[in-house]
Parts: sequence; structure tokens; C-alpha cells
Amino acid sequence: MSRPVHIITLVKWVPDAQLERRFTEQRRLDRSEGILGELDEHPIEAALQLRESLPERSVRVSALTVGPAGASTALKKALQLGADEAFHLADDALAGADIFATSAAAAAAVQKIFETAEFDADEPAEQLILTGMSSEDGESGAVPAQLAERLGVPALTQATELSLTTGHLVVARISGDVQQRLDVRLPAVVSVTDQANDPRYPNFKAIMAAKKKPVTTWALTDLGVAASAVTSRVEVLTAAARPPRTSGQIITDEGDAGAKIVDYLVKERLL
Amino acid sequence: MTNVLVFFDRLDEELSGAQRELLSLAGRIGAVHVVTGADPQVVPQPLSVKGIHDIYTGTGLIEPPDAALADLLETALAESHADVVLGADTPDAVDALARLAVRAETGLITSATDISPDLVVTKQVLAGAYTTTSQVTGEGPLIVTLKPNSVESVVVPGHPQEVTSLPVGPSQQTEVLASEQLPSTGRPPLTEARVVVAAGRGIDGDLSLIEELADELGAAIGASRAATDAGWIDHSAQVGQTGVTVSPQLYISVGISGAIQQKAGMQTSGTIVAINKDEDAPVFEIADFGVVGDLNEVLPQMIEEIRRRRS
Ligand SMILES: Cc1cc2nc3c(=O)[nH]c(=O)nc-3n(C[C@H](O)[C@H](O)[C@H](O)COP(=O)(O)OP(=O)(O)OC[C@H]3O[C@@H](n4cnc5c(N)ncnc54)[C@H](O)[C@@H]3O)c2cc1C
Ligand SMILES: Nc1ncnc2c1ncn2[C@@H]1O[C@H](COP(=O)(O)O)[C@@H](O)[C@H]1O
Repeated sequence: MSRPVHIITLVKWVPDAQLERRFTEQRRLDRSEGILGELDEHPIEAALQLRESLPERSVRVSALTVGPAGASTALKKALQLGADEAFHLADDALAGADIFATSAAAAAAVQKIFETAEFDADEPAEQLILTGMSSEDGESGAVPAQLAERLGVPALTQATELSLTTGHLVVARISGDVQQRLDVRLPAVVSVTDQANDPRYPNFKAIMAAKKKPVTTWALTDLGVAASAVTSRVEVLTAAARPPRTSGQIITDEGDAGAKIVDYLVKERLL
Repeated sequence: MTNVLVFFDRLDEELSGAQRELLSLAGRIGAVHVVTGADPQVVPQPLSVKGIHDIYTGTGLIEPPDAALADLLETALAESHADVVLGADTPDAVDALARLAVRAETGLITSATDISPDLVVTKQVLAGAYTTTSQVTGEGPLIVTLKPNSVESVVVPGHPQEVTSLPVGPSQQTEVLASEQLPSTGRPPLTEARVVVAAGRGIDGDLSLIEELADELGAAIGASRAATDAGWIDHSAQVGQTGVTVSPQLYISVGISGAIQQKAGMQTSGTIVAINKDEDAPVFEIADFGVVGDLNEVLPQMIEEIRRRRS
């Protein structure tokens, strides 16, 4: 029997970019409402496609989020999209977590998920961690590499293509102006770009099925992690709303707009 | 004296604009040291500039995404006693610096636009809606990636310098199956161009007018995700949240609606000119000069007028 595959996808619950996003007086992002980050649908889709590409193997997809109570809605969406089970690490000590704290917390949760997973197979599962290319609020893209560092595994970020054969993952990514194809042995952390795939929409059946899937909620103590191990290393001193850029002169073309643009550029000494 | 270690995740024959900015910012803060995984043989040429104290490499070429770059950074950090480590805002640099931050148990701040002498970092967050200042807490160094087009570049040419090769080599963790140079566009690099002409879904697959205008202006060509997703333009031209951020003197937006994710990549441009047939397109909210009209009528006339004035 071939080895099972266990994929953990990291998903973040973020304020909806289409709505107004703001900081609180504590200089923290207002997280009273949110959605599953759209960019984090891509790692889920990648995991599902890997599973579909390996019909002869048992592939489990677990979704993990680190975030406050409301983040359970992100997990719900992940389950609707097709993840098999979900894990939620919620702890007041993680409020305002920076990259350092988030990756420390996520690494502890990933280890616990892998350690406690049971498979109906003789050999241990191959392990893969997929993330989005960036969170839509933090936008650092740095959590994947930090997670990999803490787990002691390679990180292949910004993957645009993935394929899996026994023990190996092949990833396409761009490094500067070079297109790379890389082969890495699992376990590994891979971040997936929005170029990698088109996430599916959950249908009614999937939405109903999601309700029966298991969700496990943990606090830091459940993972044996002390709050002091997840303190942020970056302190926000000020957060000021930027005055929005205002519009200048808007004209309607009456057959001479092309020339008028040139007039404007000449006047502004841009031509 | 503050020591600044500048990390170059790649090094070509000439420094890029972003790399010049890194050296300039580093020089403003303190004594500059450079570390790169590039081949020690090719390093002296591009780094023949004034004001660099030390240049560190590994024993040979170490290429992203090799985690050995973090070993190299860690060793160079110890050698240089750096208080600040600076890198470009590229995924490859972020990967290596993120690992370094874990090892040094310190904070990482990405996409910064400035660092003050007392090491307070300025950056824009939430697609440019807020400006924040922040700093690292604790003893560790400040680790920062800098957004391009953020600081004034003052790099003075100098003599080639000695290179210190640190005892770090590539790891065998990842096997490179293929590594192919992407074709060059023959136009200025998008992030460094003075003028960008950007095309959206409105061009409906026909790039000819965009190219003609870009030729006239010596401009780089940018695109919305709709235009790159459709395959009309290579993904490397995508401007926005999941593409590149540009800040040219002049950004000409053609047939782009101006979604928040697109604005995130271009709203700090000097002057924004927008052409869109829908007067309610959000791009007009940030345009300095906007034309409500059909690009197929406006662009030919604009190109014609530029040529007329030049002749
Ligand atoms: C997580 C995420 C990340 C994203 N990242 C990016 C990103 O990095 N960059 C990006 O651009 N988008 C990004 N998007 C997509 C973004 O939301 C928009 O969908 C996209 O920018 C739309 O591209 P567009 O303006 O070309 O197309 P549309 O929104 O379809 O607009 C086309 C415009 O062309 C105009 N037009 C049509 N014909 C003509 C004509 N003949 N003459 C003049 N005007 C005409 C129309 O009036 C319309 O305003 C992202 C989305 C998500 C969810
Ligand atoms: N709090 C979190 N919970 C789960 N996953 C996260 C969290 N923060 C970041 N990630 C993952 O890391 C990726 C990169 O995030 P970032 O480094 O914040 O840009 C995201 O796309 C997620 O997959």
C-alpha cells in the first residue's frame, strides 16, 4: 500500500478588503469582522488538486487557522471548499501577533496536527504544508519561511505549479527574472500564488457536507506553548489613516481628448 | 556607530535601482556591509561603489530558495555586528530574512518605505490606506525589506573591493531541475521605469496601441490582473497587490477599472492619467487627469499628437 499524504493548509481570517478596514485605538487592526483571505483559497485548491491527482493514495487535507473566535468562519469556508478537517488555534495571548509570533504559534499547531493524526496505513504519512502567497492584512509573505525555519524543513514560496510523486514535490516558481523548476523532498512548506489555480466554488452538497466535518479548537496550553514563546517582536508606534488621493480634472472625450492629454502632460512637464 | 548589513538576494553586472536605494538608505543609517549569495568572482564589479566597509559571500554561489542563504546571513550578521539588516522587497529576500529573524529571535518588517536614524520604520499597510511606524522590541537586530522607489538614490562609484568569503556553501535540500532566464521585454524594467503605460480588460486582447504609446514615451508596460489572466500580457507585468508595486513619475491607466487590488500597486505614482469609457470607474477617484472615452479613439489621437509635437 502506498504512503498516505497529509496536507495542512494555513488559512487566515482577514478583514474584507472590499470594505473599509481600520485600526483601533490600540493601533491594532479592527478584526470584528472578516472572511477567509481570498489568497488563502489557492492553497486549499492546490491541496484538492493534489488529492485528485493521486486517486490511488489516501490524501488528507487539514485546514489550520490562528486567530480569534471569529476565525472559525474562515475554517467553515475551508471545509466547504473541500478540506477534511479543521483546526483553530485561538488564544488571547495571540492578539496583535506579528510574523514572529504567528509563525511560532502556527508551527506548534502544525506539529501537533501531524503528531496526533492517525492513518490506516503501515507507513507514516508524507507531510506537506501549503500556505497562501500573502495574507491580505499583514501582506508580508514571510510567515511561510518562518514556519519552515521553525519546523526545520525547506520552504518553496510563490509556487505557480505543484505536482507530487512519492516523497517528492516538484514546484515551479519565479526567482527574480528566472523561471525555476525545483524538486524537494517532503516534508516542506510551500506557498501558493494566485496564478497557481482557480479556486472552486462550494456547491450545495459541499456546504451541507462541511457541517459534519470535525473542527478542533486549541488554546496555547493545549499545545504546551507558553505565552512568552509567542510574544511579538515588532511594536506598532503609530497608525495614521492616509488622506486618500484625490482626483484632478476629469473630462469627457469630445473628439479631442487625446490631444488634451498631451496638452496636460506638456503643461506638467512630463513630456 | 550603527552597523547595517545589506543583503542582495541576487546580483547582476549592474546594481538595480532597488539595490542602489538599499545602499543609499543603509549609508544614511550607519556603516554599510554587504552580503550576497552571488558567486564571489562576479561580486566586486557591481559593488565597486564608495562607502561599503565589507563584502561577504559564501564559498561559492548560493541561490534562492536555498535556506543556506539564512546560514550565510547568520554568519555575516555575527561578523558585521549589524544592528540593522536590510534587503529588497522580493520573495527571495523575504524568505532568507524571515529565517534569519527566527534565528536572531527578532522582528521582521517587510515593505518599508523609510527607516529613521533611531530605527523607527515607516510603511504603508492595508493597500495604502494607513501609514504606520514601528520598531523591534528586544535586543535583536532590526530586519527590514524596503519597497522600491522609496528613498533617494545616492551611490557614488568607487574601486573594486576585497571580498570576504565566509565558510558557508549551498545545501542539497532542493534540487534545481530547470532554471530558465525569462525573456526580456526590451523595455525599461517595470519597477524602475519613469513612465508606465498600463493596460486592462478594456484593451480586449489588442496590445498594439499600448505598445505604440509605450514606444513613444520610452515607457514600461504594466497590466491589470484581468489582462494578465486573459493571457494578453505576461504575468510579470501585473501591477497590484499580487503583482508589482510601481511608483513612476507618470502612470497611464488604459481600460482598467481601478479595483482596490490594482490601486494598491500604483497609487503612489507621481501623476496618474486614466482613460476609461465608464465615468464611474473607481480609477477616476485617484486620477490627476482622466478621460471618459473609448481608448480606441483616444489613444491613436494621443500618439498622433505626441508625434506631431516632436516633429
Ligand atoms: C486577492 C486578489 C488579488 C488581486 N490582485 C490584483 C492585482 O495585483 N492587480 C490587479 O490589477 N488586480 C488584482 N485583482 C483583481 C481586481 O480585483 C480586478 O478584478 C482587476 O484589477 C480588474 O482588471 P481590469 O480593471 O482590467 O478589468 P475590469 O474591472 O473588467 O475593468 C475593465 C475596464 O475597462 C473599461 N473599458 C472597456 N472597454 C473600454 C474601451 N474601449 N475604452 C476605454 N475603457 C474601456 C471598462 O469601463 C472597465 O472599467 C486581485 C483580486 C483579488 C481578489
Ligand atoms: N494567523 C494565521 N493563521 C493561519 N495562517 C496564516 C496566518 N497568518 C499567515 N498565515 C499563512 O501564511 C500566509 C502568508 O501570510 P503573511 O506572511 O502574513 O503574508 C498566508 O497566506 C496564510 O496561508
